[in-house]
Amino acid sequence: MDLIAQLEAEQIAALGKDIPDFKAGDTIRVGFKVTEGSRTRVQNYEGVCISRKNGSGIAGSFTVRKISFGEGVERMFPLYSTNIDSITVVRRGRVRRAKLYYLRSRRGKSARIAEVSNYKPKSAGAEA
Amino acid sequence: MRSGIIAKKVGMTRLFMDDGRQIPVTVLQLDNLQVVAQRTADKDGYTAVQLGAGTPKVKRVSQAMRGHFAAAKVEPKRKLAEFRVSADNLIEVGAEIAATHFLEGQKVDVSGTSIGKGFAGAMKRHNFGGLRASHGVSISHRSHGSTGQCQDPGKVFKGKKMAGHMGAARVTTQNLEVVRTDADRGLVFVKGAVPGSKGGWVTVKDSVKKKLPEGVPFPAGLKAAAAAAETAEAPAEGGEA
Repeated sequence: MDLIAQLEAEQIAALGKDIPDFKAGDTIRVGFKVTEGSRTRVQNYEGVCISRKNGSGIAGSFTVRKISFGEGVERMFPLYSTNIDSITVVRRGRVRRAKLYYLRSRRGKSARIAEVSNYKPKSAGAEA
Repeated sequence: MRSGIIAKKVGMTRLFMDDGRQIPVTVLQLDNLQVVAQRTADKDGYTAVQLGAGTPKVKRVSQAMRGHFAAAKVEPKRKLAEFRVSADNLIEVGAEIAATHFLEGQKVDVSGTSIGKGFAGAMKRHNFGGLRASHGVSISHRSHGSTGQCQDPGKVFKGKKMAGHMGAARVTTQNLEVVRTDADRGLVFVKGAVPGSKGGWVTVKDSVKKKLPEGVPFPAGLKAAAAAAETAEAPAEGGEA
């Protein structure tokens, strides 16, 4: 293992994040730490994950899209950001693409995603 | 004036800080960094230290260089560099320099040989705009355009920016912040990019444009000094327990 990979592995271990198994199409809720003045609170942001980028390593990130007051909003989060309090999977969607950018041009009924009926967690060894 | 260090560029990664920031860092590694020679005012007319880093195959080191390393009683080194220092900051020959030479939060200047780009056009080399995509422009969309005036002056001025060789030159990036140091593995994490490719050698010096922070080790952050401090601390801790 080269030094950079080793440093990244160490940092991931030190951060001690519990990242659930999720992919594009899943509806997820991200607890994001917001600092107002001196106090911090956790703000939930719930929507459809439309892309995951740069793998599951330290450089990984994901984009969450939601419709807020009739307007589409997208937010990108680094997977291991220290600002993220929690990530929870609300619903698992069945999609045939890795990137769901087509949702941007859809509204309402056509922007729905069917739910996975037979979701199986990855092997028991992986974090479930 | 303190000595700098020779380091190897390992690569780039990112660090997530507790306050939510993420910092892009370049990882620099100190590889067997030792003082190989001193330059003194009496003998050479200036004061400097010559540092060496890396471990080459001994059979690839020339006889002359083997003699030079033998005189200093150090292992042969891959890369040598001199750093000007003031007379009171000379480091004795053979001393090993540790990553604690730099403090976290300190600003440094990093020099190295930039990645070669070969023969590059004016657009890439000097950020020229090129010509238009249409409106009668043919073939020369990426050309530099005019190079001067008319019969008077009747020549192209010297220093005119044109296409030519780009990169593979010595470049210094100034005022990079040291984010973290790792003394055990000899790593220095510097914020931002550093000239050169992975595996290339760079020199790291205290920033010339920023004041040195308080508490930097003089004449250098030496491994021997760190070891001595640790042994001094260990009995004290034992006493408390």
